[in-house]
Amino acid sequence: MASIEGGGDGGSHKKGPGVKKAKKLSTRVDMTPMVDLGFLLITFFIFTATLNSPTTMDLNMPKDTNKEEEQTKAKQSGALTIMLGKNDNVYYYEGELGPAGENFKTTNFKGIRDEIIKKKKAVIASYVTNAACETKAREKGKADPRKDCVDEDFVVVIKPTPNATYKNTVDILDEMTINNVRRFAMVKIAESERELITATEGP
Amino acid sequence: MTPFVDIAFLSFFIMATKFKPEEPVKVETPNSVSSDILKEENAILMTIDVDGKVFLNISAPNDKKKEKILQIINGINTSRNLNLTDAEKVNFLSAPIVGVPFQSLKQYLQIPNDQQGKVKQPGIPVLDTLNNELIWWVDEAKKAFAGGKLLYLIKGDNKSKFPSFEAVINALRRNEVFKYNLITAQEGAPEGTELYFDRLNN
Repeated sequence: MASIEGGGDGGSHKKGPGVKKAKKLSTRVDMTPMVDLGFLLITFFIFTATLNSPTTMDLNMPKDTNKEEEQTKAKQSGALTIMLGKNDNVYYYEGELGPAGENFKTTNFKGIRDEIIKKKKAVIASYVTNAACETKAREKGKADPRKDCVDEDFVVVIKPTPNATYKNTVDILDEMTINNVRRFAMVKIAESERELITATEGP
Repeated sequence: MTPFVDIAFLSFFIMATKFKPEEPVKVETPNSVSSDILKEENAILMTIDVDGKVFLNISAPNDKKKEKILQIINGINTSRNLNLTDAEKVNFLSAPIVGVPFQSLKQYLQIPNDQQGKVKQPGIPVLDTLNNELIWWVDEAKKAFAGGKLLYLIKGDNKSKFPSFEAVINALRRNEVFKYNLITAQEGAPEGTELYFDRLNN
């Protein structure tokens, strides 16, 4: 780039003692750091923009059917029912609800993850080899058919109450993904359960 | 060097600027660990706002957009006897979002498009199980997009209560739709959980 030599060769003239010539200071600024930062910022914002794009969560619901054969049979021993109340309250019980509600427990969103993990481990530990399931898995070409079937009986049933928020529902569905729960369903809450919840948290 | 840098920045930003679409309905979506990106496809978007009001928005890639959406509004017009004029049907094509019961639809479609965003809409009635209007809308959309792929998107606000969400799911179920997508904001997998290790290993 062409540049004009400003104060460069002023020193060769000797004007005689006493006359001082002010040295012209160079006014050129080095642009390289600014360009570097500029490109860095562009790259940074491009990355954050792609990270911010909305993501979706797949939700598949079972078909509404009254036929007995088509209804998925959930083994009671592997069933965990989670109910969502108001103010981010979470209630749960294992298997079937006892007549006096003795197995009805309360927790919150942080605690429910531990419960899910605990129940899943218990179901896996008490796994009795299910020949039908393992043959199917072997036919599909899975490397470890047993691993595929150990949590076959583990089902989580989610029952939100009318006071539960959308965020609660999405959070619980998230917990299914986080803990790799393969079988879960969202169904209507039963009268008996609703009464228990109203008794616990008030109207 | 300076002019070069100036032109580079300016050209880049001019080409890269996409205006954020004006959202007449403000919704704060919950976070989710799901990382499936939202694809640009034919989609019917149902928005549930903080008070549980339901709004509808149908989008399609531009070439098919006009015919399909006209088909939907024609279907609604015939099945619900709304007596919409052609001008009102064209208005529907570019309406930013629709959230009125059928009886107020004709009136809503008379408002010019740029002012529709500012109107406070009461939402599509869904809570009454006998008269869940969303069922009709989804039915028409299914018919219009039959044979192709149609995404059913639900965008709900964090604080909206469950009954509205349940009503939307019921409307979809009555139309035999069982697969849909919930729009969420990205969240990382919590440490130490199965999902976290899954993602580390893949």
